[in-house]
Amino acid sequence: MDDLDRRLINRLQLGLPLVRHPWRELAAELETSSTELLGRLHTLLNDGMLTRFGPMFDIERLGGAFTLAALAVPEERFEEVAEQLHGLPEVAHNYRREHAWNMWFVLACATEQDLTETLHHIETLTGLPLLNLPKEETYHVGLYFPA
Amino acid sequence: MTSGLSPKQALALRRHLEGGLPLVARPYQELAERINTDENRVLEQMRQWSEQGLFRRIGLVLHHRALGFTANAMLVLDIPDALIDEVGQRLGRAPGINLCYQRPRRLPQWRYNLFCMVHGRQREQVEAQIQALLEEHLLSDLPHQLLFSTQVFKQCGGRFAPSRTGAPTHG
Repeated sequence: MDDLDRRLINRLQLGLPLVRHPWRELAAELETSSTELLGRLHTLLNDGMLTRFGPMFDIERLGGAFTLAALAVPEERFEEVAEQLHGLPEVAHNYRREHAWNMWFVLACATEQDLTETLHHIETLTGLPLLNLPKEETYHVGLYFPA
Repeated sequence: MTSGLSPKQALALRRHLEGGLPLVARPYQELAERINTDENRVLEQMRQWSEQGLFRRIGLVLHHRALGFTANAMLVLDIPDALIDEVGQRLGRAPGINLCYQRPRRLPQWRYNLFCMVHGRQREQVEAQIQALLEEHLLSDLPHQLLFSTQVFKQCGGRFAPSRTGAPTHG
């Protein structure tokens, strides 16, 4: 990854303009060519540096129910509980974090009712009380790539 | 207000976009061909969706770990309710903060109501960055914690489709 890759990533985090020749506009800004930028983006996606390029749909506006949840899992049961959650299609991300609440995951369901049921299901499955922290407000989402 | 696309075409366009924007010089032209319409109508529809807030931007999802950003932390703060919008907006714009959300307190187990995601290359660097940020915003005295992630068990971001599992980065 070189300087142009970094500048391209930085610039794309502000969004691609909705015009007929978006790459021509970006190429002028970044003092390069459209072909060069498209090639760079292709490589970054193929190499797995980027996982997606395109409109970032607000899934909540498209329907569905989401939350961030946490469990305080006893250390000796950690792997077992992680395995239990791994089997659930509603679990989208699962991170171990250094805290008494040591397992943090996102639940994505089709409806609010599905979400409530999934939360109960996880409590029953694991025998652990769950922290349910749905998003109440999204503040400006800044996505700058440190130089 | 209509873009001139039929509901069926609009749905087809959204399905095509779930896979990402075509990587060609004229992506909207390419999409127009796929759904049998013209470039202007596709652009018009996408501008409408953008204005309606259906998507915020045509942007990218970074694979933080592949990029060497292995120190991923969740900063949580207990902000007085009267200040949360103002603080949330300031922190959300701060360099290094990727996402910033308000979530409910769950007393007595959980007191924090503001959540920020931070990615860095090294833990010490993230800690220093957060400390400086909190000082700059006069928040150091408010209760807060930094929860570093040490392991990823499941990560399936990148799908932004209705009626499917998949979530925006870190929910």
